[in-house]
Amino acid sequence: MLKQIEGSRAMAETIALCRPQVICAYPITPQTHIVEGLGEMVKAGALTGCEFINVESEFAALSVAIGASAAGARSYTATSSQGLLFMAEAVYNAAGLGLPIVMTLGNRAIGAPINIWNDHSDAMSMKDAGWIMLFAETNQEAADLHIQAFRLAEALSCPVMVCVDGFILTHAYERIDLPAQEQVDAYLPPFEPMQVLDPADPVSIGAMVGPEGFTEVRYLAHHKQLRALEMIPDLAVEFEERFGRAAGGLLHSYRAADAETLIVAIGSVNGTIKDVVDEMRDDGHPIGCVVLTSFRPFPLARLHAALERAGRVVVVEKSLAVGLGGVLASNVRMALRGLATPVHTAIAGLGGRPITKGSLRRLFEEAGRGTLDDITFLDLNTAVVQREIERMDALPRPGPIAENILRSAGPPMSRAV
Amino acid sequence: MTEQSYQRVKFYQTGTLTVGNRLLDEVNRTVQASMSRSNALTSGHRACQGCGEALGARYALDAAMRATDNQLVAVNATGCLEVFTTPYPETSWQLPWLHSLFGNAAAVASGVAAALRVTGRSHVRVIAQGGDGGTTDIGFGCLSGMFERNDDVLYICYDNQAYMNTGVQRSSATPPTARTATTPAVGPEPGNIFGSGKDLPRIAMAHGIPYVGTASVADLHDLEAKVTRAMGLHGARYIHILVPCPLGWGSDPADTIRVARLATESGLFPLFEAEYGEVTASTPIRRQVPVEEYLRTQQRFAHLFKGDSPDVERIAALQRAADRNIRTYHLLRSAGDER
Amino acid sequence: MFQIRIHGRGGQGVVTAAELLSVAAFMEGKHAQAFPSFGSERMGAPVVAFCRIDDKEIRTREPIATPDALIIQDPTLLHSVDVFGGLSPAGYILINSSKDFSALGIDEFVAGFPPGHARAVAATDLARTHVGRPIPNAALLGGFAALTGVIHLDAVSAAIRERFPGPLGERNVAAATAAYQAVMAAAREEVPAC
Repeated sequence: MLKQIEGSRAMAETIALCRPQVICAYPITPQTHIVEGLGEMVKAGALTGCEFINVESEFAALSVAIGASAAGARSYTATSSQGLLFMAEAVYNAAGLGLPIVMTLGNRAIGAPINIWNDHSDAMSMKDAGWIMLFAETNQEAADLHIQAFRLAEALSCPVMVCVDGFILTHAYERIDLPAQEQVDAYLPPFEPMQVLDPADPVSIGAMVGPEGFTEVRYLAHHKQLRALEMIPDLAVEFEERFGRAAGGLLHSYRAADAETLIVAIGSVNGTIKDVVDEMRDDGHPIGCVVLTSFRPFPLARLHAALERAGRVVVVEKSLAVGLGGVLASNVRMALRGLATPVHTAIAGLGGRPITKGSLRRLFEEAGRGTLDDITFLDLNTAVVQREIERMDALPRPGPIAENILRSAGPPMSRAV
Repeated sequence: MTEQSYQRVKFYQTGTLTVGNRLLDEVNRTVQASMSRSNALTSGHRACQGCGEALGARYALDAAMRATDNQLVAVNATGCLEVFTTPYPETSWQLPWLHSLFGNAAAVASGVAAALRVTGRSHVRVIAQGGDGGTTDIGFGCLSGMFERNDDVLYICYDNQAYMNTGVQRSSATPPTARTATTPAVGPEPGNIFGSGKDLPRIAMAHGIPYVGTASVADLHDLEAKVTRAMGLHGARYIHILVPCPLGWGSDPADTIRVARLATESGLFPLFEAEYGEVTASTPIRRQVPVEEYLRTQQRFAHLFKGDSPDVERIAALQRAADRNIRTYHLLRSAGDER
Repeated sequence: MFQIRIHGRGGQGVVTAAELLSVAAFMEGKHAQAFPSFGSERMGAPVVAFCRIDDKEIRTREPIATPDALIIQDPTLLHSVDVFGGLSPAGYILINSSKDFSALGIDEFVAGFPPGHARAVAATDLARTHVGRPIPNAALLGGFAALTGVIHLDAVSAAIRERFPGPLGERNVAAATAAYQAVMAAAREEVPAC
């Protein structure tokens, strides 16, 4: 059924259709609307067979989900940014124990400096914990990915994180086609745990494993994600057959067939990129883009195939490997090993800075001219930065950097956008 | 031959501290005395000789298994118990058992309880267990959250008064004057200082939960009775068990039960129960001993008795603490007293 | 694509206005996207919200830098925030005020726009009268429908009723209708009947 609703609400209603049994929640901007929506549905009796637990921290939230999943209940939670870090130990624990928990990550920057707006630093902080990580391009996909996530998680007994750009998607109203309960039930069968706490058949879960076995356990975790590389496209195909629209999969290309320049990105910025690609194509530029949906497992072979004929690749990413450069870009470079294709990194949108069509166009045109740097910080205010560097170099006690920058940049709301 | 020979028969009083106690009726015997006890924590684990925690866990879990007709799941925090019971690839647990992290046992247990309810298995009960470190320090937040929500979990803390598994470091349960690796017996105030520490049973009581109890491996009947009583209730429940650690305390492995008894009989570790924040019962001291008798059994207090000059002041301070407990919980009373 | 930018202060229902606009467009079978410029939640702070309306899927997510229409819910912003930044030369301006443009100090500015594209409507007064609360957003949406014709009043009313069921919704619809009529009347005055 078509509805014009907030992304968070669409996700909540879709998750409810997945028949979750235990939901635990701790508030953090910008995911809160999702769990509030679910909590309301449980309390009002619209979502039955489900317990909603208000926990005292994110660490508790994922821990409750761990216990619930191990005891055989389909479990769900959501968080962002600082909350993800606060539950970091449990994030690794859930993956290591192989529990099919689904978690929504409302992507938000990690401080310091404290920042509530969107970027991908939170997702990147946990990228190697062993969770499957899927990024939504639109709110329709954000809702749809949760259905696929539960199916994938339970098929592999591996936790899945659905990453959704905070505010940009979570707080945006758009047209969403919400499926019917029967459609979801046909796609997502009841949870059949691969390991479960059951007095009739006792097992011990969570033993210590020493040097003699640890490598093997970790290898099997890697193997599981390589299996996911095959499963994710299959589940996407089945999804399209049953629900009548494309969602998920490992990646998809847009006007890439004869592209000289290819842009790679994850998440909602791909919508803006596609508009720029269309405008530039209208002006004769041979440009296209690749939308990466599955970040973990990282589809090396598929991405290699998608990018190998390009003359150059520009990775636009909302994350920064401090001291190195791009996070996504580094992963993309691995897919292109063996090829001499230049890969440019554009760090954009950090801390919620809007990524405009104008800035992207200028960036892509520079790439086309071959004058783009290896690493670009999109829309960096070089004057402010230069001033601060000079201060730091000149003064013995220059003061906190963030405050100095804010003073330089001026009050944000005095600008229109 | 002409003299009639007879044998004096000595009748032991029932209700003494004798385990098993064949003079008791079947129903009053301990679970441990039974051949059909569940051995939820069975033999083969790697605990030290004389480990109080292994004893306490076996006592508590077998009692809980009996009380729940073996419909029980255990969630364990990281610590000695978890480590010595699951040396890969073996386990000594004969019930469903989950170990997640150091600080989240209470939260994980809440999740297990919720899952059991929502999947129609409310008759299966949940115990969360951990040492003092995992309970009073790193697990404190999750514990308080579980209490506050009144989740249907019995949390058992095995208190050996320090982080033993990592090499005897102090926790907020370490008593004043005790030597640990991070409160060494040097300087003007050797061992742990006065003025720090938490009383977890009273903090549990402050949450107003249905049941709080303290117990000791020296009193098996009492421990089993408390676990059984707790398993007969629903909601958040807490039992705090003193478990001597011969290694960390520097006591003789053969003395574990005796040391635990001295802790209780000195008043330093009072045995009591509380419901919804109010003390409802306490176990009277049979034969009060001065704290010094307890302290002298353990190397971790040895610096208090160095040479010719014992640390009179600090020993007196410990005695005052014991006396305070005696007053608070009415631990010295005659048979006619109400409580 | 038609892009609307709404300016106001926290507590005036700016974000709701953008959302309702998108729902109204949806009800007319269009694609619409609405989102706020995200600040901390605080009453009285300047707030901006955006709405895009199109006949096909809207993919871009950037804030609206070149709006086709502006709705200014709080005239005190006129000289402290660059509300007009990027407005297209044939754009529309709807300001919540009982004063005229000269009293607002922007008469020269609006004169540069096509006739009938700029209107002031006393939306807060209308809200007080019809709803009993000084929240001007519903009224302004009615005014917007009249001003631009991009969406119709009945879609605006349906969106309001869906969000605010019962008497509250009806009162907001009344305010929207009153603003709609006021803007239509002002337009008729300017265009002499032929």
